[in-house]
Amino acid sequence: MAQRVAVVGFGQTHHKSNRGDVTGIELINEAVRRALEDAELGPGDIDAVVIGNMDHFENINLADMWGVEGTGGYLKPVMKLTTGGTTGTTVAIAGYYHVASSLFDVVLAVGWEKNSESDTTGGTITAFDPVWERFSFPGALPGLALDAVVYMQKYGVTEKDGARVAVRDRANAARNPYAHLRDPITVDDVLRSPMLSYPIKLLDICPRSDGAAALILAGEEKARKICRQPAWIWSVSVCHNYTYTSDVNFGYLDTLEQACRETYKKAGIKDPGKEIDVIEMYQPCSFAGLSWLEAMGFCGPGEAPGLLWDGATDAGGDLPVNPSGGVLNANPIGATGTIRVGEVARQIQGRAGACQVPEVKTGLATGFGGCYWSDVLLLGNRPR
Amino acid sequence: MLDEVAIVGVGQTKYERRKIGETFADLVFEVTNKALEDAGITIRDIDNVVTVSNDFQDGRTISSMAVMDACGAFGKNVSTVEGDGTLGALYGLMRVLSGAFETTLVVAHCKCSEGDQDLIWNSAFDPVYYRRLGLEAVSASALQARRYMDKYGVTGEQCALVPVKNHRNARANPWAQEAMDLTVEEVMRSPVLASPLKMLDAAPLSDGACAVIFANRWKAGRMTTKPVWVRGVGHCADAYYLGDRDLAGVDSLTGAAKRAYGLAGIVDPRKEIDVVEVFEAFGYQELMWLEGLGFCDPGQGGVFTAGGNTLMDGPWPVNPSGGVLSAHPGLVAGLVRIAEACLQVRGDAGARQVDGVRTALAHGTNGLCGQGHCVWVLGG
Amino acid sequence: MSLKAPPELIVFQQMADVPYNWSLGREGSLFLIALRDEKKFLGIKCPSCGKVYVPPRKVCGPCFTANSQWVEVGDEGVVTAFSVVNYRFTDPATGLPREVPYTFAFVRLDGADTKLCHKLAETDPARLKVGMRVKAVFAEQRTGNIEKDVIHFRAVQA
Ligand SMILES: [Zn+2]
Repeated sequence: MAQRVAVVGFGQTHHKSNRGDVTGIELINEAVRRALEDAELGPGDIDAVVIGNMDHFENINLADMWGVEGTGGYLKPVMKLTTGGTTGTTVAIAGYYHVASSLFDVVLAVGWEKNSESDTTGGTITAFDPVWERFSFPGALPGLALDAVVYMQKYGVTEKDGARVAVRDRANAARNPYAHLRDPITVDDVLRSPMLSYPIKLLDICPRSDGAAALILAGEEKARKICRQPAWIWSVSVCHNYTYTSDVNFGYLDTLEQACRETYKKAGIKDPGKEIDVIEMYQPCSFAGLSWLEAMGFCGPGEAPGLLWDGATDAGGDLPVNPSGGVLNANPIGATGTIRVGEVARQIQGRAGACQVPEVKTGLATGFGGCYWSDVLLLGNRPR
Repeated sequence: MLDEVAIVGVGQTKYERRKIGETFADLVFEVTNKALEDAGITIRDIDNVVTVSNDFQDGRTISSMAVMDACGAFGKNVSTVEGDGTLGALYGLMRVLSGAFETTLVVAHCKCSEGDQDLIWNSAFDPVYYRRLGLEAVSASALQARRYMDKYGVTGEQCALVPVKNHRNARANPWAQEAMDLTVEEVMRSPVLASPLKMLDAAPLSDGACAVIFANRWKAGRMTTKPVWVRGVGHCADAYYLGDRDLAGVDSLTGAAKRAYGLAGIVDPRKEIDVVEVFEAFGYQELMWLEGLGFCDPGQGGVFTAGGNTLMDGPWPVNPSGGVLSAHPGLVAGLVRIAEACLQVRGDAGARQVDGVRTALAHGTNGLCGQGHCVWVLGG
Repeated sequence: MSLKAPPELIVFQQMADVPYNWSLGREGSLFLIALRDEKKFLGIKCPSCGKVYVPPRKVCGPCFTANSQWVEVGDEGVVTAFSVVNYRFTDPATGLPREVPYTFAFVRLDGADTKLCHKLAETDPARLKVGMRVKAVFAEQRTGNIEKDVIHFRAVQA
């Protein structure tokens, strides 16, 4: 029979542009060991392992089998999932269903990537159709730029608004020892950084990082034994509608709107702005931090810049967004979504250290990837 | 696990060496529709989807992206398992057991004809220490076959009984790719691929897809087909480096079977299981997997098979469909085992039906040389 | 032997070149044959919602219906999005750097509801805009390849 599920442990590596000092397996192991320490568990306490990454980024086929020594999956149930950029949330969600099904009580969910081991843009292109799209498709950047342009034109949003998002996230990252980029920046720094694809400049876009992250999920009874304050998963939703990049409704992330609507409905959330205390979103570029907040229902169309400049989304504001520093400051792609879930769990547990924001009872984590697909997980401080 | 989740529909393509006329998505659309039709439902009755594919086989970083339209995932909660189809089915099962969903479509696709199988399997080896040795699925399995035969004194003739039996069984399976009458001598005389493995010890390469629909008890009761209940399932992984394993051992299969039998309440599989579908990419593997599944003692797979125990009219028919030796659509192959086991329990397996099946076992492997295994027990 | 920090970190390099033979399927084959032999673009129509897909695909996702009716669409259309690509990256098809700059664009051909991904001849951002009309420039020798048979799209003077 079904059971409630909570995050009871989280571990991540110190994300960097190149972790040449470790192999992928060792990188995974670093995150797994930290998650076990966090939950005060040993490898023997783990009932099953879920892992994900993007095969062609490291050119390892069947990475679940390859990674057994790193995950501690030896003679345990192991499963691999992969859905592109949403892989990190996909493994968290799969861990959730592993436990919710009652087939397993304590499950380790691992996302990882060593982006330094291949050309990330070249790898991203291989996600798209080899015949119809690949020869012209230039990777993730132009789509995000297009998304930003449509939004800016519609609501008179400026490059400066985007820059303010990047400044906020970097200020938060400066407090997060695991972030890849931590030196504070100003709005001028962002505006003066090299233009990559209008309106996205170097400091508006996520880096490519090496890193791994591991979550430990447990069923209700176990969760209470393992930790004082489990971070309960209230609801999860997934919307992966599109097959071709040209199907995407650029300028409005409708998959995020659909996934959020479903998540709120399942958890009985009526006013997300009032009922959700912290957000960790898979925000690949600064401008996404504006229009996507609107898609998530935190404000009306075109109102996100207002929230931003009022300081509402800052770490000390009413609706803190990315207190960890977010994806703009660490992006080990297969782990990125896993980190979002882990950071929200830490906030709910009150264990986010210098990144902690006050009084977190509920938090939202999102994943983004594939053909403008969205995943959403809502967590809370008590079972629901 | 008593009557919680049932398989209510299955669909398969014909397995062929080169399906040049169909894309991955076309195959997925075909089997999705077949499974829906089998269950007597429409895509609107499906509330979530799990796809199964491999990025190396498809030559795509997000291999599931190509099939989102074709599996009817638009607007639905969908995810992708990259591994054997038995694992995708397991994730589909979990999603129903969690109470979050009522009806899961699981669909796997693979076209072995489109990629270079040697390079694809070579990419599953460690890039620094193993890959440059040129190892791939056949040569790695040859190491395992040699170790297994040497450790237990299993003969090439005993291993050859498996392709002889399975290709013969395949004559009754309209979906199979290679149905034929063979003799042990013909297998033994076939060209050596990598000793001790010969051409006829090995599975062909196939293109194909398979779909399976799971439903909770309430929904299953409203479907037209006879529900086939999932009684137990277990999966388990062994060490990665071939050099770290005793290749003649089946530790991860024993672990997977123990879990599945535990959930199903099976004490002695020999007494309680009526038919078996295993993932045998090579003849010797069927012998090893039967040991791991507890049908005979370690090392006794050859003697057990030579005793006629696994023939269609034997006490434990193994691979009445013809098995993977008769059609090997990569990671679809494990899902095919579940579909075939389901048909056996329903009594809908046509000319390949075994009499009086109440409980069936389906098995899949993941990785090289059976590093990972997944075991299913299905009952009426 | 004492183990200490390595004086250097070694990286093992592989320049992978993995060949594939991707099937176009029946719909893709018909589309490319018309393009190759007649310099015509075909769209395939969903019998349920009427959407015309270019490039063709067998299934309409939202309807889960097999697309069944072929219609000819124009070799002219409207640019719905573009980007002049200036950064260098490895082209996965060749393993070599892709030549830049080039202009990546979505073109909605006249009579189609979905967009075709292709390249534009123009790489000066000042002379490009969303909504501009463009026309396909066909190669003399055509082989049934969307990348090569259509060299690029060029602006149509209003
Ligand atoms: Zn339609």
